[in-house]
Order: sequence, then structure tokens, then C-alpha cells
Amino acid sequence: MGCVEELPYEVLLRASSFKECREYIKGHFRESINVTPGFKIFDTHIIGVPPISVGLDGDFVIFPYTKPCHGTFLLRVENRAEAERLRTRK
Amino acid sequence: MLGCPQVPVQTSIALYLIHRLKQAGITPVVAGNRSAVTLLVVADPKREYLGEALDLDRAIDQIIEHKRDFDLCFVFIHNDSGVSYAATMGAISKARLYAVVYGEHYDQIVASIEFPCQTIAAKAVHNPMPLKKMLDEVAPWAA
Repeated sequence: MGCVEELPYEVLLRASSFKECREYIKGHFRESINVTPGFKIFDTHIIGVPPISVGLDGDFVIFPYTKPCHGTFLLRVENRAEAERLRTRK
Repeated sequence: MLGCPQVPVQTSIALYLIHRLKQAGITPVVAGNRSAVTLLVVADPKREYLGEALDLDRAIDQIIEHKRDFDLCFVFIHNDSGVSYAATMGAISKARLYAVVYGEHYDQIVASIEFPCQTIAAKAVHNPMPLKKMLDEVAPWAA
């Protein structure tokens, strides 16, 4: 999952819980989709407790990224192609 | 499947579980981050107990891509990330799932587990005996 760390990401939540990430997305973004664990975003399999919420805000994708020692980070990455790919899953 | 090795009992209980599984004729494969796996490698230099050890993310990738799967899965959990990894294993693997929960706040973690699995839990931070006792009572190697 190293490729996420190479993306130009912004950290919205740091060392949070999966529930905090889910609630933040529901509370801050009008557009979101639910995915299952293992779903690929930016070529990375997403870890989490289903349903995993992924926010969409224009060309931005907002998604949780879990590390064993540091909890879950909520990341925002601008990528039109990935945002559109995720929208087509609705 | 090991979590962050921040809590001392993890390495001890992992080696014990590996031993019991091997005694029962089950071949254990360990997945963890570099620190968690290195703790086992250093504690077991002749690999008397430890067999195959994989990077955690690589193991998950292989299961999702249907390159391999397991009959049993023990996820070591002492924080929220561990719950996320266990839920992920429940969703992607056909293995019978065990959540091995420990640490100071083990009861809060157990309460946050809302997916099907068998929980083996004890308040264990430095002393592995409470968790060993729970593991022996459940005896998943005999199931």
C-alpha cells in the first residue's frame, strides 16, 4: 500500500477511528459512496469496517487509509479520473 | 495477523499460538508490519516456531486477488486499526475469524466489534497469562 504515500494527499483527520472517518465524510461532503473492504482506490486496497464511506467533492476523492500503529487517516486527493471512476460505481 | 507491536503481550502470545497450531498439525503463516515480524524473527532465531512470515499489506493483497486464502485467521487487536483489519479479513477471506483482543482498553475494543467472529479477549498488557488462559479455554487449534 505504499503508493498512497506517494500521492499528493492532504490529511483531513489524523490517527482517528474508522467511525470518526465515516461520520466526517457524511457530515462534510454531500456526495459519497459506500465500498466494501478490499475495494481499490488509487491502486490500493482499502482497509476498514464496512460500510466504508468514500467522499467525492468535485475532482477530490476523500478516503480512509489505515495503518496498524497510527490508526486511520482521512485523506483528500485531487484526481479527476479516479473521482469519475468512483462516481460510475453509484 | 499481527497488529502494531506496541503492547508487549502480542509477540509472546503469537509465538504460543504458533506453537499450539503446529502441535495440532496446522501450518501457521504470520502477517505483520516489519517491526511486528522482526520481533518474532529475533525471538526465534532458529525458526523453531516461526515459519512463513509475510508483510501485512502483501498478505491482504494476495487474499483479495484470490492468490491464496486460509482456513483460520487470528487477528491480534489492541486498537481501532486492529478492528479495521479484522473486519477486512472477515469481508475478503473465507477463514474462520478469531479476534484476539488485549490491552488496557480491551473491553471497549470488544464492544466495537460488530461483525461475525469469535472473540478471545483479556486485559493483558505486560503479562500474557490472562490472554493465554482465554486462548487455552477456546482452544481454536482443536476446533
